[in-house]
Formats: sequence, structure tokens, C-alpha cells
Amino acid sequence: MQNILIIGATSAIAEASARRFAARGDALFLVARDPVRLEHIGADLRLRGAARVATFVMDATDSAAHPAMLDAAEQALGGIDVALIAHGTLPDQKACEASVELTLATLAVNGTSVIALATLIGARFEARKTGVLAVIGSVAGDRGRASNYVYGTAKGMVDIFMQGLRHRLSKSGAQALLIKPGFVDTPMTSSFKKGALWAQPDTIARGIVAAIEARRDVVYLPGFWRWIMLIIRHIPERIFQRTSL
Amino acid sequence: MALNSWGRLPSLPAAQEIPWRQRDDALPELPIPLLAFGNGRSYGDSCLNSDGALLLTRGTDRFISFDAAPTTRGNPTPATPATHPTPAHTQVTATDGDSAYLRCEAGVLLADIIEVFLPRGWFLPVTPGTRFVTVGGAIANDVHGKNHHRAGSFGAHVRSFELLRSDGSRRVCSRHENADWFAATIGGLGLTGLITWAEIELRRVDSDGLTVENTRFHGLDEFFALNGEAEAAYEYAVAWIDCLAKTPRGIFMAADHAPAGSRARTPGKAKRAPFTPPLSPVNTASLSLFNQAYYHRPLPSRGLTHLLPFFYPLDGILDWNRLYGRRGFYQYQCVVPRAARAAIDEMLHAIAASGQGSLLAVLKTFGHDASPGMLSFPMEGTTLALDFPDQGEATQALFGRLDAIVASAGGRLYPAKDARMPAYLFRQGYPQFDAFGRFVDPRFSSNFWRRISA
Ligand SMILES: Cc1cc2nc3c(=O)[nH]c(=O)nc-3n(C[C@H](O)[C@H](O)[C@H](O)COP(=O)(O)OP(=O)(O)OC[C@H]3O[C@@H](n4cnc5c(N)ncnc54)[C@H](O)[C@@H]3O)c2cc1C
Ligand SMILES: NC(=O)c1ccc[n+]([C@@H]2O[C@H](COP(=O)([O-])OP(=O)(O)OC[C@H]3O[C@@H](n4cnc5c(N)ncnc54)[C@H](OP(=O)(O)O)[C@@H]3O)[C@@H](O)[C@H]2O)c1
Repeated sequence: MQNILIIGATSAIAEASARRFAARGDALFLVARDPVRLEHIGADLRLRGAARVATFVMDATDSAAHPAMLDAAEQALGGIDVALIAHGTLPDQKACEASVELTLATLAVNGTSVIALATLIGARFEARKTGVLAVIGSVAGDRGRASNYVYGTAKGMVDIFMQGLRHRLSKSGAQALLIKPGFVDTPMTSSFKKGALWAQPDTIARGIVAAIEARRDVVYLPGFWRWIMLIIRHIPERIFQRTSL
Repeated sequence: MALNSWGRLPSLPAAQEIPWRQRDDALPELPIPLLAFGNGRSYGDSCLNSDGALLLTRGTDRFISFDAAPTTRGNPTPATPATHPTPAHTQVTATDGDSAYLRCEAGVLLADIIEVFLPRGWFLPVTPGTRFVTVGGAIANDVHGKNHHRAGSFGAHVRSFELLRSDGSRRVCSRHENADWFAATIGGLGLTGLITWAEIELRRVDSDGLTVENTRFHGLDEFFALNGEAEAAYEYAVAWIDCLAKTPRGIFMAADHAPAGSRARTPGKAKRAPFTPPLSPVNTASLSLFNQAYYHRPLPSRGLTHLLPFFYPLDGILDWNRLYGRRGFYQYQCVVPRAARAAIDEMLHAIAASGQGSLLAVLKTFGHDASPGMLSFPMEGTTLALDFPDQGEATQALFGRLDAIVASAGGRLYPAKDARMPAYLFRQGYPQFDAFGRFVDPRFSSNFWRRISA
């Protein structure tokens, strides 16, 4: 049995992951901003076999609330073995271009709030010399593209931060894992047309659980995205500019 | 690709697909008719809504609560701590009573319930021949299983549910509260509104095994004799018949849940039909070969089996419906009153004479428990289910002959399996059709409903 903290627990990918943790009897501490949905998910996970489920209502961008949330999690669980940070928003890129406010808010939700949480969790794991911090980034963070570069910027910032944190934690027994999903069929993408590259949240969840178990550094999910992004990252800038990705 | 139902008949015009993920959300405000779509395991057009909208209820698949009644048994085995069973074997611990109530969102699959609760010693009181159906779909078709003679239909084990209507109202319905809406919605084909959650009964089982008894039979008289005995002695009873043989012959299967300590082999992982062949490999010659081989296969007369392959023989091959090719296929399921045995005989003759065969002909009797729904399919009598690859006019002509036999015997067809029944047959078979009308949500509709009420 492991003690697992999930931030952004109402996300479809997080919920699918939590079901897998519950089925093996883990104890869960769930954090999200919608108290009703949080309760619904908590009740479900208890019935699916979670050893214990506690919930905490918090907006991830409220960094003043982060330390108290972590204290509550440690207290409820009796120590955190795995922390999964899953919250995020995917704004309309065009709307971001027209609004500095929305651009900065996007960076706050997907970038700085994640970094704030990872800073605190990383320090606690380092001090205890154990723990796996798993953060959901995105393939969008691998290269800036006209269609979603504000979101991509935030995810890219988290990528660099996690590289540094991993470098630092490697001297302790703790681990920093970055998960980079491709296209996933969730509420975040409900308005998109789905095609062959799309994955279901449970497929991503299976990969997340396996990557945590294997103490991986970075995983693309599903795995074929590693090759797609390898190519996309290496397209020369001049040619890239003529594409419509 | 647009959603289709299990029969994969050449697609009707598509519907707008709307994911439905939170049971507290309001229904979408749309100028087109709505319909819940569960897991699309209905064969025909009762879960389709061309040019309307389908609310995809699979997104609401959370368990809500579970209440086990205190034990009613003499000496329960001492409580073992909640163990998480290894996948290879299920160890059932008998610490609670004989029934429990599970409340869950309507998009939960019966397969999810089995996965979570069978290892704890709980099973469905009634289950259809596939576990990949939602709780909402099981209620809306008031599905039946191989134990109808003992347990009645699925609806008989529904304690309550919430019905969300397009006017925004939410009604908790049970036998005591909003009893008229309860009766209209069970077997109500999704037309009375959206079921958001339901509370259903689960039953205790002492193991995940079944003791099964198989007997070959020749002719309907033998079937009815075997069936009469089995109904008194066994919880589950069903027959597979080879309807291409000159005199109908088949295999009669009767089963009971196995006692504690029985260890059946856990079935392997499901395989998937790899692609849809342009022409169906299912034709009269292959059917006849298959049926002969199936009939003559070595068959233990009595044995212990895991309950999954017994209840869900076809779930082992995911998407098997594709094997019927791009033209798709029809199911035909009827029930005729117990006294009308001759009608079954007549239908089997008509099918044999037409040369159009069925791979999975199933014969079973329904018991006398009245179904709770106004439009529930099960009624006391004999039910025959068949599937036919679509061979155009010849298939339709055969259906016409079968319809006439069913109608004159006072029987009815099952909407969950239907894509073509004439309106007269539905109205005649379901005497509460007119009374049901006032429960239909003015903003809900389906292809089936438009076809039948036109
Ligand atoms: C291999 C196989 C074997 C089968 N064996 C049996 C059997 O033995 N006995 C039997 O009775 N049936 C059997 N069936 C039929 C099947 O059980 C029914 O068609 C069942 O209703 C399908 O459930 P679904 O979740 O796929 O619903 P769908 O097929 O998607 O929808 C069925 C109906 O339920 C309505 N509905 C779904 N969810 C809701 C909701 N939340 N609120 C309101 N209405 C809703 C839909 O509008 C539609 O009218 C079998 C089907 C297959 C494919
Ligand atoms: N879907 C994809 O294709 C895809 C691809 C790559 C990466 N990802 C990443 O995967 C993660 C999970 O997303 P998902 O696909 O599962 O989508 P989702 O179901 O829409 O989940 C996003 C979650 O983030 C929460 N959230 C947003 N802002 C928040 C805030 N300020 N404070 C607290 N919670 C907040 C949302 O809560 P509310 O419901 O309360 O708003 C929601 O539960 C995200 O980091 C996303 O960027 C997704």
C-alpha cells in the first residue's frame, strides 16, 4: 500500500489514475477546487478499494494555501509516497493572443502553480530522501507552435523546472517524473475532433502508474509520441514555419 | 465515425454526440431531440437518434454507495481483512448478509460491478448475455437473464433511481415514491428522460464458480421436459438450438452458483475481431458447419466453470459483431405465452424452410413474475432469440412470416434487439403503449420511437 497525494484530482486523467491506485488498495489524498465533484470521486474510490480517502478543496493557483494543504496530506496519510500534479487548463490560443490577462493566467495555472507545488513537495521529499513526484506536462511543451504556444510555454517551463529538480533530487533517494501525454479524450479536449492518435484517459493512467513504479524520468504517453516529438523538435525552423501544426 | 448500435446495420444519419460526465449537470439546451446512449449494446435503433443528440452516459461511471444488509446467516465466517485478490483466483469471504444495495451512476458497466464486487462475494441478481452494458441501459430495456424463472427481470432488483427530465426536474423514483414514473422508466427505452443514478440489489455468491449441467436434446418436447425439471431445480436454465437441423436439436444448460471453496479456472483475456470483412464469413454453409460442430463438440455432462464464460460466452471475443461483415445483421427475439408452444415449432420450421440460419439461437422460458415496467419485454412464456445476417428481401420476408406467428400467438418482440418491427406488432404486443405516452419526455426521442409511433 502506498500513500498518494493527487492535486487536480477531478481531472479525467487523474481520476483514471486514482482508480488504478484504489484497486490496489492505496491510501489517497485528493485535492481539487470543486468540492461536490471531489466528494463524488472520493466516494467512488473508497468503494473501488482505496484503503483511505481524504479530500481537500484548494485552487492550485492559491500558493498561500499550498503549505497547509501539504501538512494536511502528510497528516492524513502519515507521509506521502507519491505526489501526482494533474491540474491544468487548455485555453483558446486566439483568445490568449487577444488578452495579456488570459495569457498570464494560463501561465499561472499550468506553469507557476505547478512549480510552486513542486518546489514544496521536492523539498519535503529531498529531506525524507524518498518519494516520487509525478507531474503531468504535455507534448505541447516540446516546441512552440502557433496553435497553442501559450499553453505550450507553461508546459515547457515545467519541463525545464523538472529537469533541474530531478538533477538536484538525484543526490537524494527522491524522484521527479515528467509525464508528457499526447492527445487525450477528456473534458479539456471535448471540442476537438478525435482521430487515430487519440488515447483514452485510462490508457494514460496505466502508463502513469507504470512510470511511477519504474521510477522513470520522462515518459511520453502513449509511447509513440516520443518518436513524433523527436521529429517535430528536429524540423528546422525555416521549414517549421511553413507548416500549420 | 458515427456511433452505431450492436447490429451495425448500414448507418442511419448521425446524431450529435454529447459527452455526459457529471450527474449533477443540467441537460444541454438544444433545439433537437435528446436520447441517452449507454454502451450501444442494443442491436437495432432504440439507442440511436438520427439528427438528434445522444448523451454519452459512459462518462458518469462512479460508484456512490454500497450497503450490505446485516448478516442473516447462522454463523458467518470470521471477518478477514479486505484482501485484494490476486487476479488468478477470487476468494470470497462471507461476512455480510445475502443481499446488498449498490448505488451508482447510470453509466457504470455491469462489467465494472463484477470486477469490483465479485471478489468481495457479490454478483448481479440478473444479468444479460453480455456484461458490457450500462446500468442505465439495463434498466431502460428491463433486461433479463438465464434466471428469469427465479428472479424475474433486472428491473425487479432496482430499488430506486433518479430521473432527470428536460424541464430540469429531478425525481427519485421507487416502488413507493413516484411509482408511476418508476414503472414507465423501467423498460422505458430511454424515452422518459435521463436516469442519472440507480440503486440496485446485489446478491451473495459463495464463489466465482458455477456447477453446470449440459444435456443434448432432440425436438421441442424434449426441450420442454428438460426445462420443466430444470426450472424447479436450478437457478439458471437456457438452451442453444441448431435451427438448421431438420428436427430442432440443441444443448440444454442448467446451472447453480457453486458452493464456497469451489475454484474455477479464471478465463483468459478477451480477443478482438481484427477487422470488418467486406463480405460476411457467416453464411448458410458456414453456419450449418458451425452448428453441427457445436452440437457434437465433446461436452462434459456436469462440471464446474467460472461464471464469466457461462454468462458471457461472446464477451470473450470483443467486437464479434464485426464478423457479420459490412452489411451488419439482425436479431429477432420474441416471447410467446407458455401455452403457445406450437408457435415456437412453427417458427423453427419457417426458419429451417427459409434456409436462413442463425448462429446463436437461444431458447428459454420466462417465469410468472410480472415485470415492473409498462413496456418491459419479459412476460410468462417461451422466448426465442435468433440472429440473421442481412440478406435483403429474403430476410425481410422471413421476418414477415415470423411476425405473423408471434402476433397470432399473442406474443411480442424485444425492442432492444429490433431494427424493423412493424408498428402494429409493437402496439399489439405492448398493451400499455397508449398509457405510456404521457410519460415520454417531450424533448426525448429515438429512431425506434419515431418508427413505432409514426
Ligand atoms: C451479446 C449480447 C447479448 C445480450 N444478451 C441479452 C440478454 O440475455 N438479455 C437481455 O435482456 N438483453 C440482452 N442483450 C441486449 C442488451 O442487454 C440491451 O440492449 C441493453 O439495454 C444494452 O445496454 P447499453 O448500456 O449498451 O445501452 P444502449 O444500447 O446504449 O441503450 C439502450 C437503451 O437504454 C437507454 N438508456 C441508456 N442509458 C440510459 C440512461 N442513463 N437513462 C435513460 N435511458 C438510458 C437508451 O436510450 C436506449 O433506449 C444482449 C446484447 C448483446 C450485444
Ligand atoms: N487532454 C489532453 O489531451 C492532454 C494532453 C497533454 C497533457 N494534458 C494535461 O493533463 C492534465 C490533466 O488534464 P485532463 O486532460 O485530465 O483534463 P481535465 O479533465 O479537464 O482536467 C483538468 C483539471 O484541472 C483542474 N484545474 C484547472 N484549473 C485549476 C485550478 N486553478 N486549481 C485547481 N484545479 C484546476 C480542473 O478542475 P475544474 O474541473 O474544477 O475546472 C480539472 O479537474 C493537465 O495538466 C493537462 O494539461 C492533457
